Amino acid sequence: MIEGIGIEHFLVVSTLMFFTGICGFIIRRNLITMLMSIELILNSVNINFLVFNRYLYPDQMQGHFFSLFIVGIAAAEASVAIALIINIYRSLQNIDVENVNEMKY
Amino acid sequence: MSLSVFMFYLLSGIILTFSVMSVTTRRILRAAVYLLFVLVATSGLYFLLKYEFMAAVQLTLYAGGIVVLIIFSILLTHHISHRFTRPALMNLLMGIGTAVVGSGLVLATLLTHSFKANNAAELPVDMSAIGNQLLSTGKNGYVLPFELISILLLAAMIAAIIVAKKDKNKNSEI
Repeated sequence: MIEGIGIEHFLVVSTLMFFTGICGFIIRRNLITMLMSIELILNSVNINFLVFNRYLYPDQMQGHFFSLFIVGIAAAEASVAIALIINIYRSLQNIDVENVNEMKY
Repeated sequence: MSLSVFMFYLLSGIILTFSVMSVTTRRILRAAVYLLFVLVATSGLYFLLKYEFMAAVQLTLYAGGIVVLIIFSILLTHHISHRFTRPALMNLLMGIGTAVVGSGLVLATLLTHSFKANNAAELPVDMSAIGNQLLSTGKNGYVLPFELISILLLAAMIAAIIVAKKDKNKNSEI
């Protein structure tokens, strides 16, 4: 743990980052920016896992492994999502969510 | 004020500022660059917490991989000079309302709950400890999720190729 910084400081930062991501996910109408908001959300959760591990259970490594697996899953999710987005762009010529209202192509 | 405290406030200031700018800017390429700043500052926080391996993974995979992927897909699907129209007022109010109410609830819960910091000796998180635990089958071993995530990554790779490849022969069923 870091001298002079409580666990609450980290948790406040990650909470604000999480809800910024939620806000962006609701406001944005573009698929790529929505994907970026999801990345923000995943990152804030990662910070939480590592901070809880370091401050509350410093003799174990569970939080570290959880965030390692979250990073791997986020990479897989981003690659598949971008493949889908490029395919949608190819058939609709733009990637706003309003235009993606049928699952047929 | 010690240096690590100063670094913590600097990094969290960067994180909060650029994450807000990343969801509010009207130019999509700038949003991607602000996201890159957020991810790099997050890896700085991991360095502060002495998780060096996790910070390196964050830098290479997020800042090096995912942001480059996002920028490539932006360049494939947008003109550089493209600007978003302003979001509808209803959407804006809903989004900001959700964020304010949710963060208020979570912060109220966080700040009233007292966390008991554990003063046990810190386990050194070096490469050999990570590798041993990741591949052990005993107590606290992670070999099963490790194998599962390798299958998941393979499936994601194949899926990305199949979804995004051009259909050469329109008549053949995929």
